[in-house]
Amino acid sequence: MIIHHPLLGPRDAQEFTYLGDATLIDRPDAMAEGALEAFDAYLHLRDNPAGTHRELWYHEVGDRSWLVVTRDTRTHEITQVELARDVALSKGRGR
Amino acid sequence: MRYSAFRLFAEALRGHRGWRPAWRDPEPQAEYDTLIIGGGGHGLATAHYLASRYGARSVAVLEKGWIGGGNVGRNTTIVRSNYLLDGNEPFYEHSLKLWEGLEQDLNYNAMFSQRGIINLYHSDAQRDAYIRRGNAMRLHGADAELLDAAGVRALYPWLNFDNARFPIQGGLLQRRAGTARHDAVAWGYARAADRRGVDILQNCEVTGLRIDGGRITGVDTTRGPIRARKVGVAVAGNSSRVMEMAGLRLPIESHVLQAFVTEGLKPLIDGVVTFGAGHFYISQSDKGGLVFGGDLDGYNSYAQRGNLPVPEDVIESGMAIMPAIGRARLLRMWGGVMDMSMDGSPIIDRTPIEGLYFNGGWCYGGFKATPASGLTFAHLLATDEPHPTATAFRLDRFRRGYPIDERGAGAQPNLH
Repeated sequence: MIIHHPLLGPRDAQEFTYLGDATLIDRPDAMAEGALEAFDAYLHLRDNPAGTHRELWYHEVGDRSWLVVTRDTRTHEITQVELARDVALSKGRGR
Repeated sequence: MRYSAFRLFAEALRGHRGWRPAWRDPEPQAEYDTLIIGGGGHGLATAHYLASRYGARSVAVLEKGWIGGGNVGRNTTIVRSNYLLDGNEPFYEHSLKLWEGLEQDLNYNAMFSQRGIINLYHSDAQRDAYIRRGNAMRLHGADAELLDAAGVRALYPWLNFDNARFPIQGGLLQRRAGTARHDAVAWGYARAADRRGVDILQNCEVTGLRIDGGRITGVDTTRGPIRARKVGVAVAGNSSRVMEMAGLRLPIESHVLQAFVTEGLKPLIDGVVTFGAGHFYISQSDKGGLVFGGDLDGYNSYAQRGNLPVPEDVIESGMAIMPAIGRARLLRMWGGVMDMSMDGSPIIDRTPIEGLYFNGGWCYGGFKATPASGLTFAHLLATDEPHPTATAFRLDRFRRGYPIDERGAGAQPNLH
């Protein structure tokens, strides 16, 4: 697979390590009501779709940025690559 | 029709005109007591044990494709019970004991061959870890023997013992482990279940689960709706997709695992050998092909095919312990979709929906578990209680903090 890095252009997927579903960006508030259930879902439960999947890849042997890659799990076709930082900021996160 | 040497002899004299299909192709009935979704090894085994051990009369197996067309026909056929943890080892040893009587139970030749598995170790620390594992196995009634380098050399003199980086110091041998013919396991269970009146409905994909007031009442399929009191789901690889129909999210990711087979060679490996310093396992099929595999690709996939970096890594590992493999030509490679659970161990449990039961999360260890998975799932479906050897495989064990993490890798499915 080739991942089109937003800053570095096309890179071999072997340069990256894979973490999983991009919802891992949305870390629950540990102080909120029902945090135990929220963290159980955050840590352990996954949508695991057959089709479009937004997922976190880490450019380990490159610039060490986190990316959000949109990929079809049935075909491995990649349709969008964003910096995870931009995605987090757009969700109102501080960094 | 019972299979026997006498039967074969009689049919040979009659020009083999008396053989009949091994199972029926019935029309779906409007209602069954128990439906099993998934006609793979585990689903068929569940149906067989429900009918044979728990006296179930009205059971159907729903299969979206054909019998033997899923993961039961895509694995590397290794059967073993060399686990460490308390939640796992009694279950897999139970499975191995069922394998030992399987062919008589099914009246079907599954070509189960107890040719032994050896896990190689390459350092003092790894030897200590294998001593611990071997002791854990023996405490649960399994067999394990620790071999030094000379002991391994007596079995496999052509291994690369003097590898500069990963010299082979010895191995942990389980002699009762082995291989079986995977297709025959599916066919044998299908035939045995069918003979006891189980309806096997092929080309019958489940498109919806009917749930009324928190209770399952039946399923919608491509061959029409079917009512049922109990529904068991055994569709590893696609568990998340089926359970989504019940509104449940699972502690599972689907990943692709690749496997490889070379051209047929003369007998070389009479057991199963695994590399201890990388991830590589190899055996030889009865047709002579070397069957081997290694790590997952590592990303979510339903594609049933992987990418080339994994073959490179697997074959490098193979070359490290077995340089002779470099002379063999690769005949085929393929991928299967695995239910990777959060701790690398399976789930056999009730669900929050009354009458709906779940069996999945087999990671890449489902084949060896086929008999015990079927028996314990049948036990759960019939009695509503977990089987004594499968009490740890609970759906909510992550929330409660009781994972069964053989690898010690944490809640990260692609690392197990």
